[in-house]
Amino acid sequence: MRQPNSQPCSELILRETASQTAGPYVHIGLALDVAGLPERDEEVWNRMATPEAEGEFIEVVGTVIDGNGDLVRDALLEAWQADARGQYQPAFDLQNAFNSFGRTATTADGNSEWSLTTIKPGAVARGDGKVMAPHINLAIFARGINIHLQTRLYFEDEGEANAACPVLGAIESPARRRTLIAKREEVDDKVRYRLDIRLQGEGETVFFDF
Amino acid sequence: MQDDNKRFVERDRDWHPPAYAPGYKTSVPRSPSQALVSLQTSSVSELTGPDFRQLRMGRYDNDLLMNYRQGQGQDGLPVGERMILFGRVVDQFGKPVPHTLVEMWQANAGGRYRHKKDGYLAPLDPNFGGVGRCLTDEQGWYRFRTIKPGPYPWGNGINTWRPAHIHVSVMGPSISTRLVTQMYFEGDPLIPICPIVQTLKDPEAVETMTGRLDMARSRPMDCLAYRFDLVVRGELQTYFENQ
Ligand SMILES: [Fe+3]
Repeated sequence: MRQPNSQPCSELILRETASQTAGPYVHIGLALDVAGLPERDEEVWNRMATPEAEGEFIEVVGTVIDGNGDLVRDALLEAWQADARGQYQPAFDLQNAFNSFGRTATTADGNSEWSLTTIKPGAVARGDGKVMAPHINLAIFARGINIHLQTRLYFEDEGEANAACPVLGAIESPARRRTLIAKREEVDDKVRYRLDIRLQGEGETVFFDF
Repeated sequence: MQDDNKRFVERDRDWHPPAYAPGYKTSVPRSPSQALVSLQTSSVSELTGPDFRQLRMGRYDNDLLMNYRQGQGQDGLPVGERMILFGRVVDQFGKPVPHTLVEMWQANAGGRYRHKKDGYLAPLDPNFGGVGRCLTDEQGWYRFRTIKPGPYPWGNGINTWRPAHIHVSVMGPSISTRLVTQMYFEGDPLIPICPIVQTLKDPEAVETMTGRLDMARSRPMDCLAYRFDLVVRGELQTYFENQ
């Protein structure tokens, strides 16, 4: 697929600017607080929803692990998800009770978990009529990652929807499919989902091209 | 769903650096060994993305000469070569991408980052933070004022240095167009020997990351200008539904 006509397209279209790693100091640019820089008037960060937002208020957490089994402590993640009704809300505004977009990061110290405060997304209908199970699209940027990795987080307690999801279904290996399913935890009456992202090797997370 | 009726030009993964590029050592344990799973049917999940027009920006968010000043007057300005970084965000069909978020970060003139983890012996500059952001205008133009960053050494090899560079991040109309790259400076002899630049196979790809000196936009007795255009994936209208 290139262009919807019979012309050779390679001369007609420009090359995309090439990707380069976000490097070890990505937080200076995209996660100022983590880098130790003062925050600006408004920052794009990990509180995607307030408790007033429609839907189930949840926390989503995890780590990023490399091929040696070590924590990746300098990753930046971007989340993109539908609201509780399965609609994306592109107009980002910190006054909104819910935003479809958020950012989070793993950190140099402690257990190095990323976290998002959000609401559980609704199922999302695709143009062909098939319905995708509730999911959060995640992009991962870090030193050593030459072009960001794209994955999805699904929810353990959506068994039926997950079984019918055309995207999960497109992953041949059931074992690999499971790498996208976040585990539900209840901590102090709060609902939390956990997904560890494994960049390489055993239990390697499924990454998508689109 | 209206957004399903469009697609983006397929991302050419041979043009971008591969995940596994052993000359850049950190990529070795951080590259997936399994193939990417291709999503065959476009969905609204990939075809949409955030619109940041309502994000409140500070007055100096795109002016790195001013946005970390501690001192007064000239004493509050960062050390280094004053420069303008500007360019246009267009898609692969040359169509401008208006109102999209462009973010950038960089080292100071000595090659040192204002980051907890950067311990390079070059000093921090009290008047330089190293971060900027802005939205492109109606025609896709963006603009920053900053100082030229210095090259810096890093531990990849015995004696490896990054060419002077500015990290640039652009959103584009969808999460499918999301791109983070680095701008290098035209003519820098460190470019061809940098292991991160060398992750790219095609020398033309390196050209897409090179900022060009633009004397016409430079300001006499003030600062030089470098132009860096960003090309994001082109949007295709498909017009016909699958039967
Ligand atoms: Fe850098």
